[in-house]
Amino acid sequence: MSLAEGVLQIIEDHARTNGFARVKTVWLEIGALSGVETESMRFCFDAVTRGSVAEGAALEIVAVPGSSWCMQCGVSVPVAERYDPCPRCGGYQLQVQGGTEMRVKELEVE
Amino acid sequence: MVQIEQDILAKNNAYADANRKEWKARGLFAANLVSSPGSGKTTLLVETIGRLAGRHPLAVIEGDQQTSNDAERIRATGAQAIQVNTGKGCHLDAHMVGHAFERLDLAQGGLLLIENVGNLVCPAEFDLGEAHKVVILSVTEGEDKPLKYPNMFAASDLMLLTKVDLLPHLDFDVAKCLDYARRVNPKIEVLQVSAKSGEGMDGWLAWLEQGVAAAKH
Ligand SMILES: Nc1nc2c(ncn2[C@@H]2O[C@H](COP(=O)(O)OP(=O)(O)OP(=O)(O)O)[C@@H](O)[C@H]2O)c(=O)[nH]1
Ligand SMILES: [Mg+2]
Ligand SMILES: [Zn+2]
Repeated sequence: MSLAEGVLQIIEDHARTNGFARVKTVWLEIGALSGVETESMRFCFDAVTRGSVAEGAALEIVAVPGSSWCMQCGVSVPVAERYDPCPRCGGYQLQVQGGTEMRVKELEVE
Repeated sequence: MVQIEQDILAKNNAYADANRKEWKARGLFAANLVSSPGSGKTTLLVETIGRLAGRHPLAVIEGDQQTSNDAERIRATGAQAIQVNTGKGCHLDAHMVGHAFERLDLAQGGLLLIENVGNLVCPAEFDLGEAHKVVILSVTEGEDKPLKYPNMFAASDLMLLTKVDLLPHLDFDVAKCLDYARRVNPKIEVLQVSAKSGEGMDGWLAWLEQGVAAAKH
């Protein structure tokens, strides 16, 4: 099961329980530190949804910025990548707090 | 509009939780070995099984896209092994591993070693129910792998730097590699090993023994 297949599975589960036949738009929330590459997600999503209720659906990707707790500074700091140092002290004693999300948020259906 | 608010990995995580519960009930220690292709996972497993010399009940789940070569290499040691072929899939998931486990006959208090598909990207995201991910990096791969594939090193509790017998022939900078690994995961443990020369194998075996003892009840 790839990540795009995971998205499709969630959509199909909801199509069954909520009784919709077509999905027009899918909103995903993808964190900057999740390791998910937006372009490859789009490519895989188009491939796996062919012939499904989500065929041709628009994919809206909401990017969530990364943030980490710096143990040295004792504050939460923004980080763009997992290997970035703390922007305040330059250290690497960081614990990721936000930006690891990979969620299906919402669907526009008909 | 339909509100969903569901994690993409929710299904896999539910299967992983079920595996974890099952293994806990059986007092098993499970480790998930992840790396690039060819870093030496199977060679290390064969050498490890030889050195454990039947001290613990043991089984291996081998993940590859194709072939059962690796499972056969494990079975040649006398240990039981199940091959899982993922086909187009580039990683094991918790559902496949749960089914593979059902086909094993592993006694209470044993060791379950899972060799994932050689790939430093996707296996990072898929929890199989293991106690620890162990990332294997061979010294022929370049010291900046932790920066190139940070999620894998962040998801792992132990890094095995393998093929260290080759260090004299390479420019590989061990200190730099460890520094990079700790940038993405300040808590990662590191052991340097060679399945070929046997260097560092004692430390790796001690790490496994500790896991087995902690999981037993
Ligand atoms: N010099 C040296 N070579 C090693 C060592 N461990 C493995 N190799 C060699 O590395 C190559 C790959 O080893 P494998 O054990 O098949 O690697 P793997 O990670 O299981 O490979 P995949 O399952 O295909 O991803 C083989 O040619 C091994 O002989 C080691 O400690 N030292
Ligand atoms: Mg192998
Ligand atoms: Zn800081």
